This record gives sequence, structure tokens and C-alpha cells, in this order.
Amino acid sequence: MSEERPSSVGQRARPPRGQPAWGASHHRTSDGTAAALSPRLILLLIVVVVLLYGVIYPNLHVVIASLQRDGGWSLLNYREVLSQNIVLESIFASIGISVLTVLFCAGVGVPLAFLFERYTFPARRFFATLAALPLVLPPLVGTVAFIFLCGESGILARLVQSVFQLQHSPWSLRGWSALLLFHTYTMYPFFYILTGAGLSRIDASLAEAGRSLGAGKTRVLTRIVLPQLTPSLIAAALLTFMTSMASFSAPLLFGGGVRVLTLEIYTARQRGDARMALTETVVLAAISLSALVFFQRYEGTRKFAAAAMKGAAKRRKAVSAGYVRALAIACGVLFSVLLVLPVATLVLVSFAKEGSWTTQTLPSSYTLANYTKIFSDSSALEVFLNSLSMSAIAAGAALIWSFCVAALIARKGRRHWKRVLSWLILVPWALPGTVVAVSLAEAYGKPSPLLGSFILVGTFWILPVVYFLRFMPLVVRAVQASMEQIDAALEEAASSLGAQWWQRFTRVTLPLVWPGAIAGTLLAFVIALGEYVASVLVFVPHNRPISIAIASELRDFNLGAAAAYGVVLITVIGLIMILAGRLETSTSAG
Amino acid sequence: MPLLSLKNLSKRFDKTQAVADVSLDVERGEFFGLLGPSGCGKTTTLRMIAGLETPDSGSIEFDGRDITNLPAERRGFGMVFQNYALFPHLNVFENVAFGLRARHKPNPEIRERVKGALELVQLPGYEKRRVDELSGGQQQRVAIARAIAIEPALLLFDEPLSNLDVTLREETRGELRELVNRLGLTAVYVTHDQEEAFALCDRISVMVGGRILQTGLPRDLYEHPAQLLVGQFLGRNNLIRAIRLSAGKSELAEFQTLEGGHTIRIAVGDKNLVPLNQACILAIRPEHILITKLDDQLENAVPATVREINFAGATSSIKLDANGLTLEALALEAAGLSVGDHCIAVLPPERISLLRNE
Repeated sequence: MSEERPSSVGQRARPPRGQPAWGASHHRTSDGTAAALSPRLILLLIVVVVLLYGVIYPNLHVVIASLQRDGGWSLLNYREVLSQNIVLESIFASIGISVLTVLFCAGVGVPLAFLFERYTFPARRFFATLAALPLVLPPLVGTVAFIFLCGESGILARLVQSVFQLQHSPWSLRGWSALLLFHTYTMYPFFYILTGAGLSRIDASLAEAGRSLGAGKTRVLTRIVLPQLTPSLIAAALLTFMTSMASFSAPLLFGGGVRVLTLEIYTARQRGDARMALTETVVLAAISLSALVFFQRYEGTRKFAAAAMKGAAKRRKAVSAGYVRALAIACGVLFSVLLVLPVATLVLVSFAKEGSWTTQTLPSSYTLANYTKIFSDSSALEVFLNSLSMSAIAAGAALIWSFCVAALIARKGRRHWKRVLSWLILVPWALPGTVVAVSLAEAYGKPSPLLGSFILVGTFWILPVVYFLRFMPLVVRAVQASMEQIDAALEEAASSLGAQWWQRFTRVTLPLVWPGAIAGTLLAFVIALGEYVASVLVFVPHNRPISIAIASELRDFNLGAAAAYGVVLITVIGLIMILAGRLETSTSAG
Repeated sequence: MPLLSLKNLSKRFDKTQAVADVSLDVERGEFFGLLGPSGCGKTTTLRMIAGLETPDSGSIEFDGRDITNLPAERRGFGMVFQNYALFPHLNVFENVAFGLRARHKPNPEIRERVKGALELVQLPGYEKRRVDELSGGQQQRVAIARAIAIEPALLLFDEPLSNLDVTLREETRGELRELVNRLGLTAVYVTHDQEEAFALCDRISVMVGGRILQTGLPRDLYEHPAQLLVGQFLGRNNLIRAIRLSAGKSELAEFQTLEGGHTIRIAVGDKNLVPLNQACILAIRPEHILITKLDDQLENAVPATVREINFAGATSSIKLDANGLTLEALALEAAGLSVGDHCIAVLPPERISLLRNE
């Protein structure tokens, strides 16, 4: 990188022959005089400070606090916590549910990806888009919808009950099976999307080469296609495992007797047992981070250099045989009904008259009252504004932050500190929301060496900070991914044409990275809008986000109002995602 | 004084020595070629000239100034990239104007110079086009226009024609040479295609394995390669292992081939002579071998048998076996010859080069 090079004093003697002395004054800034406050140094300072305050200090604080007892170093906390059966059970349950969730999601997502990537049938694109739907469903809203649909007094249970004239509800939505069902529904898109992307990247001529060498279809699948899919599958498994470890809404609302770590930490804090909450937080963080390291190490051994050759164009097979076609369409319709059903239920319940849905299969009378209530009630409106403004602050900050990081970790030169930096940025993403919230609450809940007497917890700013920390890795990844796609020769061309580094950044890099960065930011914004896990631990009563409002309506059995909140939230999220999609297709077409 | 002068440039990437001790001079107004197989370090050398790589050691001088550590954006050299590197988010006009905007030129001047540059590359009126609407050849021209719009002090080409198909490549080659001549520019041109280098360049350096093996006029390189590697890289060559015999006739040195045991005399200066009785390599181009049926007492006439005749359009390649020595000759017409015929292969002394085997 030219700007890293030591200043070249005395080489400014005169411009090359035939060149006017253009921009001579601009050169000075990149020379020795300004080195003390070079833009790079400022960026580095910003990044280091944010990481110190947001990642390093809070997490270190929690680890240290968990290792202390009565003012001295001790492992007593761990001995106490780990000797409780409930804690051991919750560790086992968290890991067990996560592993099973990964397997179930792979079982649903991978075949689905093959189906949509390899075959074409009527309305394929519609179904393919629909299949990713659960990804944008906020976990809390999804949980609520599931309860309305298949809870023990939900629509399905009552339908079965009335059809078969049963005395009691035919099932209860509780325990491992309920959690696994919900996890599979909400997390299979990780496998579906990543496998689909992996499949579309595989050069079809490789499979053709395999066939020409005499390998049958099965052999081509197992020896050529699957090995190349491994990186995608590992990435999907990692995402699913981490999301499942961090899952909180579902265990809270219908976990039944199942105790998982996130729930344990929450209840310990509610009890006021800070020491236990802290120690369990460290245990949860340790499990999550080891999973991350484990998966990433494994992923590293399975990367294939993409052969940069002209490949054969992929062709989707048309499903032509009459009965197969009918079957495919039938499956597609069934599948989309299954996908949409929870959301449809939510919409239905949002129109139900308060108190009208008691024992009937479907609510008996409908009204707009729930909506008029949340839109006319100023406190309800405030809830929306709270979430919107806090998410906007967090997402906007994440966008600016991502460009700081991206400019710093530019492409050339593999330095050690860059890897440390990237890893530190990834940490808040890898940590469950519960951990992020608890560590911030512990670190800044009392006067701290970093903030002095200012106490962050209890102010408006705690939630935006939590949202920023949790979701900025998403934006950083989006920006870095778009940057990696830029041909290195473009920046070189710009510099050979005489563009200084900021000209290269603003005129070449920024316009090319912008769409990806905005899409990433919108995603972060959307996820922050429905955030519940961390919010529930640190929210301030006069600044409640939507998710907290939904949970409290639910607690008061205002099912209609809870559903109405959920529907509005989903609508906003859906609109923003459509906008993000438009943005990406409009620029990728050009 | 040369315009551009590289002095003992070296560059390592991790474990590979990409460029090793490269020195060369480019004169003002010269079209200079760097020719070599892929991975020979020619592109790295070009990138060091452009300022896109920093040499580990050695120096680069331009117009008498040391520019070794000058960043690319301050060198004022135009560069045409192999994949053109056109900015996909900018239209043709803005691509060509990019360097002028970086120099904060006033708008009317930018408009004028972009128009002029596009006319020079025969793309007038393409200003508003998106670059991805253009054909490969047109993109190529835009890349050239962008590089010449800044009135570069030196023009650098990194295999600019390798992405074009054959006919377009030959056409563009001619236009490119004409354009550079007309503007009076100095150019350094990197390619692995010897035909292209011969057609374009005033002088050529042949690079293999990070080193410059030989620098010279295209014809000299072709007809008198100084080294085995150069001879092998530049076109087809008959490489004949031989030892020098004690006696020589007038100005001709006398050699005996190891295969076939033929006596070959070549015209060679004393300074290039190898010691007596030491193995060396003689090289002669296939097109320089004459095939006759009559033995009319020519120098270096070797009796041979026709083994193979390969028709290749304008010429035919004829494989000969001269008592164990395999020779390849090129003839415009193979008429009258057929496989198994006996003939005489004549190796004219002035056409034979003596190669150093390093």
C-alpha cells in the first residue's frame, strides 16, 4: 500500500516530463508533515477505542468477576455453579438441542436447496423466495405465532380436538420436541440459502467431467458435488448451532421443563443472583466461542480454490413428466402453506376481538380494535418510535464503523494485528445476545474505569449500544464481502491514473461497495427492530422496544394486541427487505 | 541518457523470486517489449515500473530522477491492464475522464481531452455508453483512451491484447503501434506472445525465471539467440549437440555433431568460441535449412532421409533423419518429396548460432 510507505522527501522535485504540476499541493498531506495525524491513524484509534469499550473491557470484566470471590482470585464460583444439577442439565440441553437442530435443519434445508437449484417447475422462483421467509421473522414474533398455531390451545390443537371430539388438547407444545420443531422452522433457511449458493457456484462442467469419466449420478454427487459443498455446509452448521445456542424466546415461552443456559442466566438475574448469572454467562460464551473456533478450523481445511476457468452453464432440469410435475406442485403448495401458516395465524389473531377466542377453533368475531389501539395509543406508538430510532442509530453507526474497519483492513498485506482485529469484531456476533447484554450490564452498571462515574445501564443509550455490538459484525462482513469482489486492478488503475488514496476510496471503492453495504445495514436494522433476547435483560421502562411490548401484552393475555404488534413489525421488516432486494438487483444488473 | 532505467531490480513473493537482478534501459520514444513465458516475472517488473509493487532492492530512474519509492499516483504513467480494469460504475466518458478529474482539470478541458482520446482510439460518440455494453475490443480501446488521456510520460501495457480473438488482436496491434508512434510516446509492453512482440516492439528483453536473458532487436534475438533458453523460447529451433574440433577452415570454426557425427562449420567470432573438445549447442531455424536432391558441394551438406511431412497451410514441416540426427525443416512446397526419400539438408553457416548453455 502506497500510503503505508515511509514518506519520500525530496522526490517531489518535479513532475514527470510532459506533465503539468497538477495537484502538487495535495501531495503534501500524504508526506511526512501530516504523518502524526494521518487518516489511517485516526481510523485505527476509532476502531481500537470502540473495540476496547464494547468488546474487550466488558468481556474481560465478566471473566475476571467470575474468577473472583470475596476480593480474591478463586474458582469457587465455577465449583458452585457446576456442582448444581440444574446447571449441568441446562448445559447438556443447550448443546443437545443445538446439535439436533443442526441435523434437523440440514435434513430440511439441503434437499430443498437441491430441489430449487436443480429443477425448474411452475412458480419455482416464488417458492424459492418464500422458503427464506422464516429468516426475517423475529424469534419472539415467530414464537408467539407458533403458540397461536400449534400450542395446546392453538388453532391446530383445537381443530383436532373438535374433529375427533376429544376431551383434552391432543398435544402440548412443550419440551424438546416443541423447541426442535420451532428451531427447525426458523433456522433451516441457513442451510437452504448457503447450500443453494454453494450449488450455484459449482462449475457444472466438473460434474460433466465426472460423468464422462464413467461416474454414475450417485458417485458424482458423493465424490464431486458434496465435497465442494462442504464449506457451505460447515458455514450453515455453524450459523445454526450458534443461533440455537443463543435461542431464548422459544425456551422462555414453550420450553416447558427444559432448561437451557440462556434461560438459566435470565432467571438467575431475575432472582438477583448476579454471581451465578455471571459464571453461567462465561460458560455459555466459552461454549459458543469454542464452537466458532472448531467450525472455522474445520472450514479452513476444506476450502477449494475456485478454478477461474470458463465453466459450462448450469441448466435446471425441467420437471416434465405429468405426475411428477403434479407432485412437485402439490409439494410446493403444501410447503408454502406450512411456511406461511404461522404468519397467517398471527394475522388472523391480530383481528380477533379481545376475549372472543376462548374455546373455539378460530376466533369467532373480528375487529380492527387491536390496530386502532396500538396506533392511537400514544404509548404504543412510542414503542414503535423507540425501536425504529434505536435500530436506526445502531445500524447507522454500524455502517460508518464498517467503513472504518474496511478501510483499515484493506486487501494487501497479511498482518497479525489485522487477524486479531477481525477476530475481535467477530466476537460479539459469536456470543449469544444474552452474553453481550449481561457483560455490558455488569461492566457499565456501576462506575467503571472506562466511563468514570457515568453509568450506561439505565440510560437510553444502553440498547442502541447493545444492538450496535450485536449486529455490526453483519455489516462488516457485508462490506468486506463486497470489497473482496472488487477487482484489485480497479484500484491499481485508479492509482496509475493519478488518484490519491481518498480519491480511490470515494470514487472507486465506495460506489462499488455501497449496495452491499446498504443491504447489510438494512439487514442489521431489521434484526435490531425485533431484538428481544438482549433487550429483555437491559431495557429501560421509559424506553421499551417493540419486543418488550409484545411480551408484556402476551403476559396480560392481550393476544390480539400482541399479534397486531407482531404483524406491524413483520410488515415493516418485509417492506425493508424488499427494498434491500431491489437495491441489490438494480445494481447487480448494471 | 535513457528515459527509463531499471537498475538491479529484485522482488520476492514469499518463497518465489519473481524478479532477480533485472537491469534495462528504455530510450525516449522507444516501444520496448518484455517477452517471456507466463510466470517469468515480466508483469511484476512492469508493476514495479508503474509503482504498484515496491522492489526489494534495486532502483528505478525516470528522466534522471530516482522514482523507486514514488507512489503510482504520482508517477503519471498510463497503464493498460490485461483485463482492462474499466470502472464498472462509470460510463465511457467518466472512465476516460477519471485521471483528469483526479488532477482537478476544469470541465471544458476534460470534455475536450476525453473527446480527443476517444477519437484517437476510433470510438467517437461513445461517451454515454456503459462499459459493460461494449464488446471486448471496444473495452480495450476505452482502456487505451483512458491511459493516453492523461498524456502519460510513459505508457505501460500488461498483455493488453490477450483477451481478444486472433483477427481482432492483429488488427488492434497495428493500430496500437500507429497510435503510440503518432503521439510520440514511450511504451513498455509486456507479452508472452513472441509474434506480437516482434510486430510491435523496437527492442525486446527476453525474460525467463525472473531474469533478463537477452535484450536486442527482434531480428537479432530471433536469428542469433545468445542462450539456449532464448533459442528455445523464441520459435522453433533445431538444437544440435556438438563438440568443437581442433581444426578450422579460414573464418569458419569446425564442429562435429554428437548425433550422426556430421561435420558442421559455422562463422563465429573468436570471443564466442567454446574451448576445444567441449560440448556445446548449435541452433538453426527450420526455415533456414535447405533441402535439395543434388549434392552440389555446398557447405554443411548433410545426407538425410525424409521421415515425416506435415502440411501446415502455407508451409510444410519436414522431419529429416540424418544418420541419427533429427532435423526439422520448413519448406514452402514439399512437392517432389515423400516419406522415405533420400535428400541433402544444407545448413548455411551464417544461419547457425552457437548457444551458451547456462
